[in-house]
Amino acid sequence: MPNLLDGLSHPWLQNAFCGAAIVAILAAVVGYFVVMRGASFATHALSQIGFAGAAGAVLLGIEPLIGLIAFSLAGALGLGALSTRTRSSDVPTALVLVCALGTGALFLALANSFGSDAMSFLFGTIVGVDRAQVAITFVAALGALALLASIARPLLFATVAPDAARAAGVRVGTLDLAFLGIIGLAAAITVPIVGALLVFALTIGPAAAASRLTARPGVAVALAVLFGLVAVALGVALAYETDWPVGFFIAAIAMLEYLGAGAYASRNSP
Amino acid sequence: MHAFFASPNVDAALVASAIVAALTAAIGYFVVLRGLSFAGHAVTDIGLTGGAGAMLAGLSPLVGLIAFSVGAATAVGALGDRARERDVATGLVLALALGLGALFLHLQTTVANAQSTLLFGSVFDIAPALLRIVAAIAAVALLALALMYRPLLFSSVAPEAARSAGVPSRAIGFAFLIVMAVAVAETAQIVGVLIATALLVGPAATAMSLVREPLRGIALAMVLGILEMWLAIGLSFASFDWSHGTQSWPVSFFVAVVALAAYVASRAYAALRAT
Repeated sequence: MPNLLDGLSHPWLQNAFCGAAIVAILAAVVGYFVVMRGASFATHALSQIGFAGAAGAVLLGIEPLIGLIAFSLAGALGLGALSTRTRSSDVPTALVLVCALGTGALFLALANSFGSDAMSFLFGTIVGVDRAQVAITFVAALGALALLASIARPLLFATVAPDAARAAGVRVGTLDLAFLGIIGLAAAITVPIVGALLVFALTIGPAAAASRLTARPGVAVALAVLFGLVAVALGVALAYETDWPVGFFIAAIAMLEYLGAGAYASRNSP
Repeated sequence: MHAFFASPNVDAALVASAIVAALTAAIGYFVVLRGLSFAGHAVTDIGLTGGAGAMLAGLSPLVGLIAFSVGAATAVGALGDRARERDVATGLVLALALGLGALFLHLQTTVANAQSTLLFGSVFDIAPALLRIVAAIAAVALLALALMYRPLLFSSVAPEAARSAGVPSRAIGFAFLIVMAVAVAETAQIVGVLIATALLVGPAATAMSLVREPLRGIALAMVLGILEMWLAIGLSFASFDWSHGTQSWPVSFFVAVVALAAYVASRAYAALRAT
């Protein structure tokens, strides 16, 4: 069994920890709003839609990251356009998702490359991350967080009390679209590092656990970031020790955090 | 087109896909009505992990598909009662199942082929024996749906009124999730997980924007489901010629595009009629 402390001197493991930590922080902060707004399905869809873009880019012979970003943002716009205030957005989400995955299947069939680069976007290759990628991810994540911070207050208002926000002159529709765009952007930044599966687990799990423990937004975001960091640190360490996929451990830890928080909350409430 | 109907593979594909399309579209009517699209998609996706796990254990993928789908439906039903809580619970169960899928893939790399077959489907590759099982499961699922039709509709449209009228809404909702899980597992086995989600949500949502009356809506959804499926198979078959006979485009691509296009068109039509 490899010793984790010895392993920490390897640059690839340092990169994996740094990359995963950046992803965990961005995902947890975005995730708080996702959980409050009940937007899990849109998040799942947007993190997988990028896969089709990556597959298309592989077909055209261009950088997969460009296809990933283009499809994630186009997917966010498509979801926003098809969702209306009066209808639930989950039907358009499901149809846009299958359309994107179907298009991905087509691109893969045309490129004759099932199981190639594009597939790695579904499951992720965190140990293959290099230092330059970590730096790019760091800058992009800061940008996405700054965008989110700039709309955080009205977004929270529109999430908790949409009608009151509308009456107070907050442009709820624009905010909805902007938030979908931020989910798409966050997915495009984080998916190449940890894969669509992990992005989803890290967005939903820590934030859902945190929101079961406190009603105060600032505390909940801080707790979500903490839970996210714990999940990636434990997950990467366990994956290193056992050689099992990191996605399995992080998803399992996220679920445990959620169940644990629920048990704690129900024990402490009369 | 002549060669299209001459092939026994195509005949089996048309019959089997019509059965699963009609079943899924009928179930889908209630899925859309109850806002369960995410749960429906998650249950099919989770079934994929079960199918891969069954192959890892040397069992038939259908067994794993049904076991994991029903297990997922139970977990989603047990974890989340209120809509927002259910959304998160569905997401977490899905994430966990996808993580397990990654683990199965790691434990045996041959699972990769099985997973992409189950994800994207293999409708032209259906054994005659499977056709009979498919028909039997579909008949049982439709019968179950018919038996719970009235209380299910009541508790979907007016949950509060149904509860005060003594309808066991929670039990009915749970039973429906189980029937849905079996139906989508079977559909996923025949046409793949992607098409299962498309057929579950697309035809029903399209029918709902066109007619209001539930029974006519369900009937229209079933017809639309079969037509969309067959159109997609036809297009996939025809695409073999577009690429000068080297390969055909995947059926799942065409089903997804046709389902989305029909839904967008029906909403545009409904909006036009309303003005």
